Amino acid sequence: MTLTQKILSSHAGLDKVVAGQLIRAELDMVLGNDITTPVAVKEFEKAGFTRVFDKDKISIVLDHFVPNKDIKAAEQSKQCREFAFRHCVSHFFDVGKMGIEHALLPEQGIVTAGDCIIGADSHTCTYGALGAFSTGVGSTDMAAGLATGQAWFRVPSAIKFELTGKLPANCSGKDLILTIIGMIGVDGALYKSMEFTGKGVGNLSMDDRLCVCNMAIEAGAKNAVFPVDEVTLSYLDGRSERKPVIYYADDDAQYDKVIGIDLSKITPTVSCPHLPENTVRAGELRSVKIDQVVIGSCTNGRMEDMQAAYRILKGKKVAEGVRCIIIPATMKIYRECVEKGYITAFIDAGAVVSTPTCGPCLGGYMGILAAGERCIATTNRNFVGRMGHVKSEVYLASPMTAAASAVTGYITEPQE
Amino acid sequence: MKVKGKVFKYPDNVDTDVIIPARYLNTSDEKELAAHCMEDIDAEFVNKVKPGDIIVAGRNFGCGSSREHAPLVIKTCKTGCVIAKSFARIFYRNAINTGLPILECEKAAEEISAGDEVSVDFDSGTITDVTTGKTYKAAPFPPFIQDIINEGGLLASLKKHSS
Repeated sequence: MTLTQKILSSHAGLDKVVAGQLIRAELDMVLGNDITTPVAVKEFEKAGFTRVFDKDKISIVLDHFVPNKDIKAAEQSKQCREFAFRHCVSHFFDVGKMGIEHALLPEQGIVTAGDCIIGADSHTCTYGALGAFSTGVGSTDMAAGLATGQAWFRVPSAIKFELTGKLPANCSGKDLILTIIGMIGVDGALYKSMEFTGKGVGNLSMDDRLCVCNMAIEAGAKNAVFPVDEVTLSYLDGRSERKPVIYYADDDAQYDKVIGIDLSKITPTVSCPHLPENTVRAGELRSVKIDQVVIGSCTNGRMEDMQAAYRILKGKKVAEGVRCIIIPATMKIYRECVEKGYITAFIDAGAVVSTPTCGPCLGGYMGILAAGERCIATTNRNFVGRMGHVKSEVYLASPMTAAASAVTGYITEPQE
Repeated sequence: MKVKGKVFKYPDNVDTDVIIPARYLNTSDEKELAAHCMEDIDAEFVNKVKPGDIIVAGRNFGCGSSREHAPLVIKTCKTGCVIAKSFARIFYRNAINTGLPILECEKAAEEISAGDEVSVDFDSGTITDVTTGKTYKAAPFPPFIQDIINEGGLLASLKKHSS
């Protein structure tokens, strides 16, 4: 069995599962946000459920439109808040404590190795970085999870990525995952697991791994997963609320495909509009002028991302005519940015720094584009209209490439 | 169950951001949301669609966000069903859970043209292009999923089995 299949079989109480098999699995965590939870609550109540399965295994994070962008968003947050209080949900995160859900849950130790997790947000696949099975679902699946603590899955087959070497200094996990999506396409892993193995894994930081798993959905994958190693254990140590459980893929596990990747060959990569698979080397886009830069999101709002932006923006100025918006993903990261002087450096460079929010990534607020405008963003999707007007454009890149571009005003490859 | 209607045809990788843009997700009211169904890929869709009409698309329909609002708005517009070469996995689950009929059929999705009159018989999985006279067979759902659909969606099915 693959690593994913091992976790699923254990949560389904079965000795063995095979790809394609339909199973019912026990959940360690059920997650929702301010957009998806209201729909789940409506379905939960409509079906006549009155009790949640386990108040300690539910996380509700207000992150998409908070601090509330308008009256309707405020009503949705209120619905989430009331549900969380009524059912004494332990992991409820409101303004002041909240962060972008997929940065927050690992940071707070709410998810851990060996978990089986569903979240009503497509980027729930992020937690595979910790050696967990974690996947995005809709609000009805969330409602069913809230009521029963279970979910049905079709056991996925897997693509194995054998990593060797070490990333160059001007590349990060973002360049790796964009390269992979460019290689296999936006449905290249449809219904499948993406399993990362090989000696190169040890050279990837936890922030890199979280970023890689975060964008597995952009290749259509059900989940992505890294094996637990020293990096994982030191990240989980003193953080994890529950005891981590370590699973290993069997030596004779079957894979649909094995793809070898030499990390030292990765180059700074950008996804051009309007699909994440439209990747090119950043250096080839030197003539592309930008109006806005966004550094943040569940993909790249973590401490290493802030540090990458700081190293490039420190003592520099954002180019004339460019708006640069930086969004630390959680309050802890925000605070650390304050303590380390990053925020001062960002402001001195002419950037703005926002409280944690998904805001601009999904075209919600805090950086909406007008017709004809172009943004380079460390976010995860560049679909038509994703960040604003249908005639606006989003280029996806790493924090280093985005920060380097902020300084020049054109898409710019960061130097080694 | 059968549906019959006119075809709206779309390409590969129709994402949930064009099905229902996130700027409207500050509400979960289906009717309010449905007024913006397909807005960023086909602004005329909501004005032209009639009950029973059919969306035919390419690969990876519904990719992107997990928002259940996507199948919900297509259903609220009284669309009869969606036929695609393949569906993104979260959209696939959400469609089943919310009761939007979907069919995977590579050949039908390839050959059927915009504006064709198409009928679908869900019991047999037969798709008929009335305009061209051609028929196609869609892949059937596994029995487990068929049960969820027959029992009125995931929560109704859970409720039935828990009582």
